[in-house]
Parts: sequence; structure tokens; C-alpha cells
Amino acid sequence: MTKIKSGSTVTPKPGFGLNSVMIFGALFFTIPIISAFIFSVQVGDGSYSVFAYMRMLQDPGLASSLWLSTRLALMTVAIVLLLMVPTVTWLHIRAQRAKRVVEFITLLPLIIPPVVTALGILNSMPGFLLNTPYLLGFVYGVLTMPYTYRSLDTGLNAIDVRTLVDAARGLGASWRQVLSGIIAPNIKSAIFGAVFLAVALVLGEFVVASLLLWDTLPSWMAIVGQADAEGAVAVSVLSLLFVWILLMVLSLLDRRRKVRVNVGGMA
Amino acid sequence: MTDLIQSHNEGAATQSGGANVSRRNKSNFRKVLFDYSGLIPFFIFSVIFIGLPTLSVVYLAFIGNSGEVTLANIRVALQAEYLTSLTGSLKLGFFSALTGAITGLAISYAVAISGKKKIQRVVSTASGVFANTGGVPLAFFFIAAVGNYGLVTVNLQKIGIDIYSGSFTLFGFSGLILVYLYFQIPLMVIVTYPAIEGIRNEWREAAINLGATKSMYWKYIGIPLLVPAVSGAFLLLFANAFAAYATANVLTSGTLPLLPVQIGSLVNGNVIADQSNVGMAMGLEMIIVVAIAMTGYTVLDRKTSKWRKSS
Repeated sequence: MTKIKSGSTVTPKPGFGLNSVMIFGALFFTIPIISAFIFSVQVGDGSYSVFAYMRMLQDPGLASSLWLSTRLALMTVAIVLLLMVPTVTWLHIRAQRAKRVVEFITLLPLIIPPVVTALGILNSMPGFLLNTPYLLGFVYGVLTMPYTYRSLDTGLNAIDVRTLVDAARGLGASWRQVLSGIIAPNIKSAIFGAVFLAVALVLGEFVVASLLLWDTLPSWMAIVGQADAEGAVAVSVLSLLFVWILLMVLSLLDRRRKVRVNVGGMA
Repeated sequence: MTDLIQSHNEGAATQSGGANVSRRNKSNFRKVLFDYSGLIPFFIFSVIFIGLPTLSVVYLAFIGNSGEVTLANIRVALQAEYLTSLTGSLKLGFFSALTGAITGLAISYAVAISGKKKIQRVVSTASGVFANTGGVPLAFFFIAAVGNYGLVTVNLQKIGIDIYSGSFTLFGFSGLILVYLYFQIPLMVIVTYPAIEGIRNEWREAAINLGATKSMYWKYIGIPLLVPAVSGAFLLLFANAFAAYATANVLTSGTLPLLPVQIGSLVNGNVIADQSNVGMAMGLEMIIVVAIAMTGYTVLDRKTSKWRKSS
């Protein structure tokens, strides 16, 4: 009788088919990036130059749209820090019962397409809000909720919030001190995660901005692209590079978050 | 919210009993009130910036030109060119989800069984990044690659292959399916990878030791285990493509009949409809379709995480 080899006999290994799937995947995701880069530095006669980048950097539209997008990103970050962090923390320490309701609300932006949100905003907001680009900042605060809520919730699940808060309160800390001195440092990577995601989403958001007729970075890019393809591709390369770096740092943070803080030796 | 407070209050009343019920009830009620008070800013914020806009769309979908309550908008939205947009969007969602699900699943499976930690790590990071890549820049990336003067197009022409000789065009339905793969495949990988990884090798071994053939294993064990995860992911991908606007708008400049594009043109005033609120009716249609797909996804996802936990 032959001895049965341990395990490995039936362990599947990727064959030719699956290996080519992986190679196809790698090509599919890198070719557009490489093409975009080459496209943006190629000049008609086949030589290369950074002229398209220079042209875009000198366009006054870039500065003003980038500045608007930056202000909106900062505003969204402020909403995350001043509204979402306290709300989710409060949910964990005092209002566990309301968790399902809040969670449902934060998921609404995934159910209501941004086009419809924009339509509704145009119908329901008073004129003084429609006349200011900062309305977009509030809308972005809502649109990023599914991601910021989840990030913060995961962070808070990983620590024993109740014990931390009780201990701090017992020692005479105010709620503000608890929030900024105890909770925030313990969920630092979750907060960073939420902020990064929010910034990445705001810098790429096109739908609401263009329908509300504000020239943020993406909507300016769409306008440029109608007349100047190389320029639009050049700005796309720059903006995606920036967003990708943000998201990459984010997913690295995510991995590190697995080192969990446990208070009081609880498993 | 009042419901919640009340039901909690009733629960407390039945629990406590005795002479001091009402006093306890009162202090309990205050405590609950205090507990919820911390959520007031959040509730106000969401009511104003997502509650009101959504309700206004739903409400106006049933209001006619002269302010009367009517189903006319809905009826118009289900006719002629508006119906074409609805079916166009459903078709785009379906085919985009289908192509994304098949390729994403194959990549997930290949990466899971490759056993190479490095590949797995690169794929997981890349998926997180690419799944969130969409919108305007993505459209320009593909214009640079497979547009009329794109690098891939031009270089393939040099070796005698013309990708535009057939019915393919980047600026139509087939182009959108291709471009959407760029975020659909990574999304599929993110959603299904845990399920594929959760299939234990021991199960396969057990089945084969009990005399199952490879196809029997897949038929009775592998596929039934993966069906909830894969169909849930399919619905998620469907909703994702169904609602996408930015890429479609830039690539097709509003010419392709799709619901979001149609709504966008109405908002921009490019199209004047007889029924002024027909855009709202289309918005309502979109909410209903996406809500159904997302509910299905949530139910199936719960089913998947159940067996993954019990295993």
C-alpha cells in the first residue's frame, strides 16, 4: 500500500489558464497608466517633451480649480473630525442602541446615486446655499460617510472604548479631554484612514460638482479635455498619481492596524 | 427615533416592576434622552444634506406641471427615449457586472491558489487603490490608450491590427464596458477574495478521499459555497455600473442613452421635457433599482459571512 502524501497531493496550483489570467490582469491595469504617461509627453513628430505639463501648470484654471478642490477637501476633513469622530465615538459609549439607524443613514449615499443627490440638492436647497461652492463641502461630508463611518467604527471596535472613557471620566476628565486626549490618540490610524479616503474622494468627485456648475479639479479637467487631449491626460496623470499615493498609504495603514490595542488585558 | 425610545422605555418598565416603576422610568427616560442627544448634530446634518434632497426628488416625481399629484411623470419616464435610457443603463449594469465578475473571480481564484504571499499583498493593495479609481481621469487614461489616436490603437495598427475596424468604439457602449472593468475587477476581487480564501483545503481533500471527482467537488461543494458571495458581488457591481456617471459623461459626451446621463442633461437644461418633473421620476427609478440591488447584496453577504464564521 502506498502511503498517502500529506495534503499537497490535491492542493490546486494555478495552471496555464490561471497564470495567463494574472498576466492579463497585470497588463490591463498597467497599460492605460503607461499609455497615459507616454501620451502626455509625446509631441506630434515622435519626440518627447514636458510641454503639455508646462502648458497645464500655466493655465490659470488649474490654480483656481485646485484651490477650490483643496478648500472643499479641508472642509470635508473638518466634518469628519468635528462631526463623524464625536458621533461614532458617542455611538460606541452611550448610544449602542442607535447604531443600526446611524449605520443605515451612513450607507444611504451608496443607495442614492450621486446624480440623484445633485438633482435633489438643486431642488431643495435655498438660493444662498446654492450660490456658494461651500455647499459642495457639506454634500461631500455626506457622500464620504459610508467610508469614514466604517473606518472609524472599525477603529473603535478594536479598542475597549467604555473602559477607557469610564477610567478617564472617573479621574475627572471632561468630555472634550476624553475625546481629544484619550479616544483620538487610540484610533489615530482609523482617523487618518477616514481623512485620507475623504480627501481622495473629494479630489476625484465630478458628478455633483459639475451638475452644480462649480469648477473643481475634475470638472475643470473635463472642460480642458474637450479641446486639449494631451493637456487633460497630463493633469489626469498628476491627479491620479496623487490620489493613488494617498490610497496606497491608506491600505498600508490598514494592514498595520491589525496590531490592536487592548486595554486591561482583554482578548 | 421616538419609537426606539418608547420601546426601550417599555422594556425597562417590565423589567423593573414594583412600587418605584414610574420614578425609575422617568430617570431612565432622561438617561436615554441624554444618550440620544449626542447624535442630534449628526441627525440634523444628514436630514438636511441627504434626507431633504432625496425626499424632494421622490416627492416631485409625483407632482405634475401645474402642481397636481400625478403618475404622469412616471408614465413618461417609462416611455420612448426615457425607456431607452432605462434599458440602456440596465444593460450596461448587467454586462459590466458580468464581465467584471468573471474576470475578477478568475483573478481572485488564481491569486488565492498561487500561494505567493507577495502577489497576494500586491493584489490586495492594488485592488483597494483601483476600485476607487474612476471618474474623469480614468476616461482620459483610456483615451490615451485605446482612443482613436491612443498608443495601443496606433501601435496595433502598425502591426496590422485595427481595433476600430469592427464595432468597437471607446466612445460607446463597448468602450464603457471596457473602461468600467478598471474599477469593477478590483471591486470583485475585494468582495470575493475572502470567500475564496475561506474555502478550506481540507474540504477538498475530504471530498476527494471520499471518492469525489474534481467536477463533483466543484458541483456539490465549491460552487454552492461560492454562489452567495459571487451573486452578491454581482449585484454590487451591477449597482456600481448602473449609477456611474462621470466616466460615461466624459467619454460619450452625453450622447449615449443612459439614465444618469439623461438626468444630467435635464439638469444642465440641454433637453427640455414636456413633463417638467420627468427627471425626478428617472431619479426615483434609479434609487429603486440601486436599492433592490444593494438589499440583495446585503442579504447575500450576510449569508456568506455566516458560513465563513462557522467554518
